[in-house]
Amino acid sequence: MSTDIRISRTSNAAKVAAVLGALIVVILIAAPYWAGRADLRLMGEIFLYLALASLWNLLAGYAGLVSVGQQAYVGFGGYMLFALTIFAGLPPLVAIALAGLLGALISIPVAALIFRLRGAYFAIGTWVMAEVFRLVFAQVSALGGGSGTSLPTDIVRSMADGRSAREALSYWLALGAALIVVTAVYLLLRSRKGLALTAIRDNELASASLGIDIWRTKFFVYVVTSGLTAIVGALIFLQKLRISPDAAFSVNDWTAFVIFIVVIGGIGTIEGPIIGTIVFFLLRETLADLGTIYLMVLGLVAIVVMLKAPQGVWGFIRHRFDLQLFPLGYRVERSKDS
Amino acid sequence: MPDPILKLNGLDAFYGDFQALYGVELSVHEGEVLAIIGANGAGKTTMLRSISGLIANDAAQISYRGQQIGNARPDVVAQMGLAMVPEGRQLFPSLSVEENLMIGGRVNRKGPWNLRRVYDLFPILEERRAQASTSLSGGQQQMVAIGRALMSNPDLIMFDEISLGLAPVIIRDIYKALPGIVGGGMSAVIVEQDITKALAVSSRVYCLQEGRVSLEGRSDTVSRDEIARAYFGVE
Amino acid sequence: MDFVNALVQGTLLGGLYALFAAGLSLIFGVMRLVNIAHGDLIVLAAYLGLTTTVALGVHPLVALIVVVPAMAGIGYVLQRAVLNHTLGDDILPPLLVTFGLSVIIQNALLEGYSADPQKMDAGALETASVALGPLSLGVLPLLTFAIAVAVIAGLQWCFYRTPLGRAFRATSDNQDIAQLMGLNKRHVFGLAMALALAVTAVAGILLGIRTSFDPSVGGGRLIFGFEAVIIGGLGNLWGTLVGGVILGVAQTVGATINPGWQLLAGHIAFLVILAVRPNGLFPRISA
Repeated sequence: MSTDIRISRTSNAAKVAAVLGALIVVILIAAPYWAGRADLRLMGEIFLYLALASLWNLLAGYAGLVSVGQQAYVGFGGYMLFALTIFAGLPPLVAIALAGLLGALISIPVAALIFRLRGAYFAIGTWVMAEVFRLVFAQVSALGGGSGTSLPTDIVRSMADGRSAREALSYWLALGAALIVVTAVYLLLRSRKGLALTAIRDNELASASLGIDIWRTKFFVYVVTSGLTAIVGALIFLQKLRISPDAAFSVNDWTAFVIFIVVIGGIGTIEGPIIGTIVFFLLRETLADLGTIYLMVLGLVAIVVMLKAPQGVWGFIRHRFDLQLFPLGYRVERSKDS
Repeated sequence: MPDPILKLNGLDAFYGDFQALYGVELSVHEGEVLAIIGANGAGKTTMLRSISGLIANDAAQISYRGQQIGNARPDVVAQMGLAMVPEGRQLFPSLSVEENLMIGGRVNRKGPWNLRRVYDLFPILEERRAQASTSLSGGQQQMVAIGRALMSNPDLIMFDEISLGLAPVIIRDIYKALPGIVGGGMSAVIVEQDITKALAVSSRVYCLQEGRVSLEGRSDTVSRDEIARAYFGVE
Repeated sequence: MDFVNALVQGTLLGGLYALFAAGLSLIFGVMRLVNIAHGDLIVLAAYLGLTTTVALGVHPLVALIVVVPAMAGIGYVLQRAVLNHTLGDDILPPLLVTFGLSVIIQNALLEGYSADPQKMDAGALETASVALGPLSLGVLPLLTFAIAVAVIAGLQWCFYRTPLGRAFRATSDNQDIAQLMGLNKRHVFGLAMALALAVTAVAGILLGIRTSFDPSVGGGRLIFGFEAVIIGGLGNLWGTLVGGVILGVAQTVGATINPGWQLLAGHIAFLVILAVRPNGLFPRISA
């Protein structure tokens, strides 16, 4: 009996997860037919946070760019949606896509400036940029200046007929965004660029000496992430129907919570943000009445996780059970000839 | 025979998962100069870093004057009277020559060594006392490193490859100064790649080869053949 | 004249920003740590000052006697209990832990003091002014600037003329070898943080006298301190003073043109410097 060695990219667990995942997605797509209004809104919110978390994770966990300023693009995307629909008369869906493109474009000069900083100084630099965005938009009186503005009802009505149709559409957009982002991140990491990213994350000096262009790779990731974040931002404010500089560029809402999700779920893994989002919303639904106490608990949990279990919940599970649901690595398997 | 001042009892040392030392047994006697030779990567520096506490080991694997120090903190070990002249000098770039010496004296033990005596030993350092330590030549930096270790009045001083990267003339001068340094009851461990120099100043010698002790002998009687075999691990 | 006045006011404001920045600069210099909670700690000091003035009925500047040691103690414990465990090659742990700390401090202050803006009452000091030619300079801003200069001079003296400063520099250069010199690096880092928070305490009290504050303003103070450090150049305390002045002047000049442009003008000045001199004006270490 001879044995051959096979290199495979997947595993039994991943295959099972894929089937289960497909089932879950189908159920989720059908949600407007079985879920109530409030639940639908909550799920939409969950999907949007999942998208934000996956994007931040790609940026920080894989490209090593720890940004505490992604709220700049969330707010930018939101404002672009409002501006393009109100002033350019574009249909909301087109405006959303365009907001993403514009977000990516504006991230280029931003990156050119802040990439001059390193490490934690880079992080604070991204925060400064977000502040600049906030201050600039607060000056635009056509969009409500410091107090903000609402999305006109006729634009809202143009999206679909009837309230429940509109809410279903909102929901599907959110679900779609989450699916697209997670899939895009997965495909990116499976590709050659993704391999380069993982190498950079693991050892920047070594990867540079192997010819991987660190700067260009990080720049590419930053621009793509920012563009997608802008799209998510547009969707967020499409749901909220109202925008203001403080809400659009809130550090707490769009960065602090996202960071907690990623850290607790497991940074540098695709599964991590999914788990983290679930944990975050569980905590929120049970503790939110406690207001500030809830936030303090969140902060404390994040600190404890970072100090004691820096790999997060998923990192712990993965390490313990050698599990990978999104197949990224290469496995050596035996295949026997009969 | 009085107890050795320093004893390694089956010392194992790891860098993560990689094992660098395997059950090293070694002793240093009070007042003697001990040479440790071996090729690059044999584990010599690892051994010194273990002794000085920079690498954590099992407590019982290293004993100093009868006390188990295998897992002691480096600053505690320094306080007990062990000093090291590190590989590559490793002076503090933000400190001047004199400040490097003064910080060596932070461990305030009784003894003859002080700033004046170090300057008497290495007069060139007094000339350059206010200069940035990194602006000195290699040989002068080595003098600062040695002076810095002496300032704590150690009972045991360890020299890690002090001839590395220095011109032969300088090496000769430093080794000439060694007896004056070490005399007066101080014990010394000299880690060297230059076997001739090491044997010339020491009374006993150990050879390390791939993390294990491959030879122990007296410096004046050990043969070149024995050393070659132990050094390269040839049977 | 307005412009000259703005220049002078901005310079004096820069003293306060330099105080925000000094602690940040010190910690980065000694242990390469950037504390995202730094701004919130300034605000914490302001609140501690408030409570002290209310409880003991003393002038805010007298409250320094209580708040400075208190913050120093907090700094030492914080460093040894939490922050020391984040130090290492990875930048994520210190960043994320201090971020978590920021959230905790902000919300703890919200719980304890509510979101209402507060201000400390320094009495006559707040309105007193000195005439300098055609200009009228507030005593408080002058005092703040003088304190900033004194603090920075004191820190420089500590760093370059004392054994503690030697210990800081040596540990920052080479942690391993510093330990061979009998330095307990955990203790050294603790002392560094204690010193940084003592400076932060001074900054917080002066902030609390000058303007009203609430639990959410920490982030803004961190950004000002950070901008002052980057403009001035890393690792240079006097440079940080210059950076603070440039930031202050940019802000006040911007405000003179249009009151709503104050913050933006400061950020733009920062971005311009970042674009043309990424290492700052007088850098000593690179990030």
